[in-house]
Amino acid sequence: MADRKVAVTGIGIISPLGNDLESTWASALAGRSGVGPITKFDASSLPTRIAAEVRDFEPTKYFSKKYLRQMDPFIQYAVATSYMALEHAGLHEDKPPAERTGVYIGSGLGGITTIENTFEKMKEKGWRRGISPYFVSGLIINLAGGQVSIFHGLKGPSMSHVSACSTGAHSVGEAALAIRYGRADVMIAGGTESTITPLSVGGFCAARALSQRNDDPTKASRPFSASRDGFVMSEGCALLVLEEYEHAKARGANILAMVSGYGATSDAHHVTAPHPEAEGAQACMRLALEDAGLAPEAIGYINAHGTSTMADAVETMAIRGVFGDHAEKLAVSSTKSMHGHMLGAAGSMEGALCCLALERGVLPPTINLDDPDPACDLDYVPHEPRRVQVEHVLSNSFGFGGTNACLVFSRPPG
Amino acid sequence: MSDDILNKIKGIIAEQLDVGEDEVTAEKSFTDDLGADSLAIVELVLALEEEFEVKIPDDQVDGIKTVGDAVNYIQNNK
Repeated sequence: MADRKVAVTGIGIISPLGNDLESTWASALAGRSGVGPITKFDASSLPTRIAAEVRDFEPTKYFSKKYLRQMDPFIQYAVATSYMALEHAGLHEDKPPAERTGVYIGSGLGGITTIENTFEKMKEKGWRRGISPYFVSGLIINLAGGQVSIFHGLKGPSMSHVSACSTGAHSVGEAALAIRYGRADVMIAGGTESTITPLSVGGFCAARALSQRNDDPTKASRPFSASRDGFVMSEGCALLVLEEYEHAKARGANILAMVSGYGATSDAHHVTAPHPEAEGAQACMRLALEDAGLAPEAIGYINAHGTSTMADAVETMAIRGVFGDHAEKLAVSSTKSMHGHMLGAAGSMEGALCCLALERGVLPPTINLDDPDPACDLDYVPHEPRRVQVEHVLSNSFGFGGTNACLVFSRPPG
Repeated sequence: MSDDILNKIKGIIAEQLDVGEDEVTAEKSFTDDLGADSLAIVELVLALEEEFEVKIPDDQVDGIKTVGDAVNYIQNNK
C-alpha cells in the first residue's frame, strides 16, 4: 500500500458553546462556559442539577420535521452536523464518489432519551400504541452514521465505534486508518451524544462522578484545580471530514490539519478508575507519537482529557512520564472547562479544536483554573487563549472500561 | 366515500408524512405517491386508530394502499 496520508478538510460542530464551528470557536477563545442549570428535565431531586446543554438547536434547518419522531436527538445532532462538515469541506454540492466515502460515527450511550420516554409510554399505553415503529432505528448507535450515509448517499464503510468517553477519538483514528489502508478516500468521522436525561444524569450521580457545584454552574468544570469535584455532563456532536491527502490536494481543498498519528490501548485495570500509574494512557500517547514518526519534543500542545475529576492528576503524571523534561515546555489545556464532558462526542470535539488551533495559531485555554492542584503542575494555558503557532498537537481521550485513544494532528506540509 | 372522514384524514396524513394537505387525495397511494415506507405506515395506522377509535389489525393493513382505502376502511369499521 502506498503511503496514504490523511488530511482534515472539514469540521462540523454542535455544542454547548455554539451550534456551528465558528460560534463554538469564538466561545472557546472568549473562555466562555457552556454550563448552566439543567432545563431538559426536572432535576430537582438529583444532587447534580447542572449540565452543559445544547441550546436553540433548530433541526428543521437540516431535515423535515417528520424525522424528529424518527431519530433520537443524538442522531439529529449527527445529521445536522454532517451537513455543516461537508459544507465546510466544500463537498456538499460536489459530492465525492459515493463508494469511496464512508461514515464512522459513534456514541457513548446512544438514544437514551428515546428509551426513557418510550418506556413511560409503553407502561401507559401498552406495546402496540406505546412503542413507535421507529423506536429501534431511532435509538441504536450505528443509526447516527446510518442516517448520515442515507441523507448524503454515501456508500463506503459505515460503522460505530463505542468506547465511552474515547468514542469520538477512536472514530477519527479508525477512520484515518480506513483511508490509509485504502478502504475509502473520504470519511466523515466523530462522535455524537445527547444524554441530559433523568436516568443518565442520575446514573453518573450514582457513580459519584459529577460536580455538585449547583450554585455556581460556570465554575463547575474546573480541570486541574484543587477544588474540582467531578465532571459536568455535556452533549453535542463534532464531525471531521477526513480525506486522503492527494485527493484533497487534487480538488484544491482547504486543508486544516493532518491526522498524523493514532494510538489505542487499554488499562486492563478497572471499570471507571484510571490505572494509578497511568500505564495504558502512557502507552497510548507513545503509540500515537510513534505512529506519527515524531519525538515527544515535537509536540507543542496537548488537548488533555482533563475531565475535572481526580483523574486529572493521573493524566498530568502520565504526560510527565511520556514527555520527561519537555513536559515543562509544552502547553496543555482542557477545553472541557468550557464545553463540559461531551462523553462520546468529546474526542472528536477536542480533535476539532486541535485542528483549529493548528490552522489559526491559537491555543484554547483552561478556564476556572483559579486554584491549581499541586499535583497538577504543568502549563495549562490558564484563563486566556494563547497566540502561538505550534506544528504538532496531541489530543488525549480516556474512557470507562479503561479504554484509551490518542490522536496526533499536524500542520499540513508545504 | 365519506367527505367528512376524508377531510379529517387529510390533516393526519399530511402531518404524519410531512406532505401538503392538497396532495392528499383519495386516489393517492401511501407508498408510491406520498413517500411512506413500511414503518411510516405502521405509525400512520396507529394515528388513525387513535383519531377514529377503530382497530386496524395488522392483517388488514396490507389491503389499505390508498387514501381512499383508508377512508373506506374507517367508514365500514367505525
